[in-house]
Amino acid sequence: MNLLQQVLDGLSSGSVYATLALALVLVHRSTGIVNFAQGQMAVISTYVAWTLYDAGVPVWGAIGAAIVLSLVVGALVERFLIRRFEGGEPLAAIVVTVGLLISVNGLVSLIWGTVLKQFPSAFPPGGVGSGSGGTIGYGTLGTIGALLVVVLALNWLFRHTRLGLAFRAVAANPESSALLGLPVGRLLMLGWGLAAAVGALAGCLVAPKLYLAPEMMDSVLTYALAAAVLGGLNSALGTVLAAWFIGVVENLAGTYVSFVGGDMKIAVPLVLMVLILLLKPEGVFGHKEVRRV
Amino acid sequence: MSTLELRGVHAGYGKAQVLHDVSLHVGDGSITTLLGANGAGKTTTLRAISGLVRSTGEILIDGRPIPSAPDAVARLGVAHVPQGRGTIGQLSVDDNLKAGALLRRDRVQARADLRRLRELFPVLGERAQSQAAGLSGGEQQMLAIARALMGRPSILLLDEPSLGLAPLITKELFVLLPRLRDEWGLTVLVVEQNADLALSVGDHAVVLESGRVVLTGTAREISGHDEVRRAYLGN
Repeated sequence: MNLLQQVLDGLSSGSVYATLALALVLVHRSTGIVNFAQGQMAVISTYVAWTLYDAGVPVWGAIGAAIVLSLVVGALVERFLIRRFEGGEPLAAIVVTVGLLISVNGLVSLIWGTVLKQFPSAFPPGGVGSGSGGTIGYGTLGTIGALLVVVLALNWLFRHTRLGLAFRAVAANPESSALLGLPVGRLLMLGWGLAAAVGALAGCLVAPKLYLAPEMMDSVLTYALAAAVLGGLNSALGTVLAAWFIGVVENLAGTYVSFVGGDMKIAVPLVLMVLILLLKPEGVFGHKEVRRV
Repeated sequence: MSTLELRGVHAGYGKAQVLHDVSLHVGDGSITTLLGANGAGKTTTLRAISGLVRSTGEILIDGRPIPSAPDAVARLGVAHVPQGRGTIGQLSVDDNLKAGALLRRDRVQARADLRRLRELFPVLGERAQSQAAGLSGGEQQMLAIARALMGRPSILLLDEPSLGLAPLITKELFVLLPRLRDEWGLTVLVVEQNADLALSVGDHAVVLESGRVVLTGTAREISGHDEVRRAYLGN
């Protein structure tokens, strides 16, 4: 394994973290809540995709259907569960999302059992390059590509569409937005729905690398939270760069720093997160709010 | 332009009742001033109209009852510029203005309105890409009013536009009101502490005390009312 391969593998893992982290950022920007159940919601979406695939649906179709379904379910979760905790005590909202995490985890075990399942890759086997340089898998490149597509699509949505402007207005000031006639509730539902859809994609990207299991996203969520915090919880670009950084550092530290190894590498992003919170609480890419008093 | 009517409106926050049996009439195309001491219920009256506080009684626009959700009231043509202006600080000046027109279908006309408002308030064009939070108080008030107009409302509710502004800027703003009313076809209900200024541009006035309407009349009648001046207007 050469360095380039290690870096690309790191970028690929980082892209999965980034995808889930973007879901966290979407929710945090629109409702001010950190959704600890984001990873677990992605797990159930991935199981739905697996079930469809198992029933004979082609893998891309199964993933697509799971993403669409997640959009609907995410919106319903906002409407019927999260709505009553928005704008209230932040701790209450955190407890609710942790409760959701545990409930969904139980639900997954109940429906699908705890036996590991093999999830098909959406990308063909094999890769490019060979010989001394090693090969770079299509899966690695595909995962990075999928993240880039998500980032570009979200950026286009938020920066260049009327819907995106409505999203940004509601996220910044719900009451003011309501006075402009914007349907605040429906926009928040859509925000959660989009986050769940993006999370579902993250689940389907990571599942072929691991096995499909109820706890599959736990470590991914840890990394994604680290990336979101590093990125300042409100910057999409910052989040992606932070997630890539974490993925690469984790991979290189695991390979080249002997005492870190495979078992300790999960600690690397956590140490980073603590350091960042100590030195720069608003995140590396976060912007301080301009406020007139 | 539209008429706005309140009949026997009660409203409050939780168990604290603020408005008691408020009835008032804002005529088509008029500028009506809502006066009263601090805590008299002026802001609550505006918030009840736009659905930000729950109320009982009847609130009618052109004789039809209004819906209860704030966004639905806004879509009916009621623009509310709240106290503190409600501009969205994180968004650019331009995005704030565009957010005001998000629900319009006549996009060509909306762009024309944007040009008109930039002519009226040149600073909004000059600082189009700046964050709204960076504007001065007077500029933010201009932005708040312009954003409200971008939705082509028929009724404009203005809550203490003078708050935190220099007297000269406040005066310019009030002098502009009749012109805005005429050019944009508005019915205006404005809450104001500076009674003399508000009465000088208003047609009608309503005086609130402890959540009750104690006096209504033309602006001229109210400003000539010595007892009123002493009791409610502070001079």
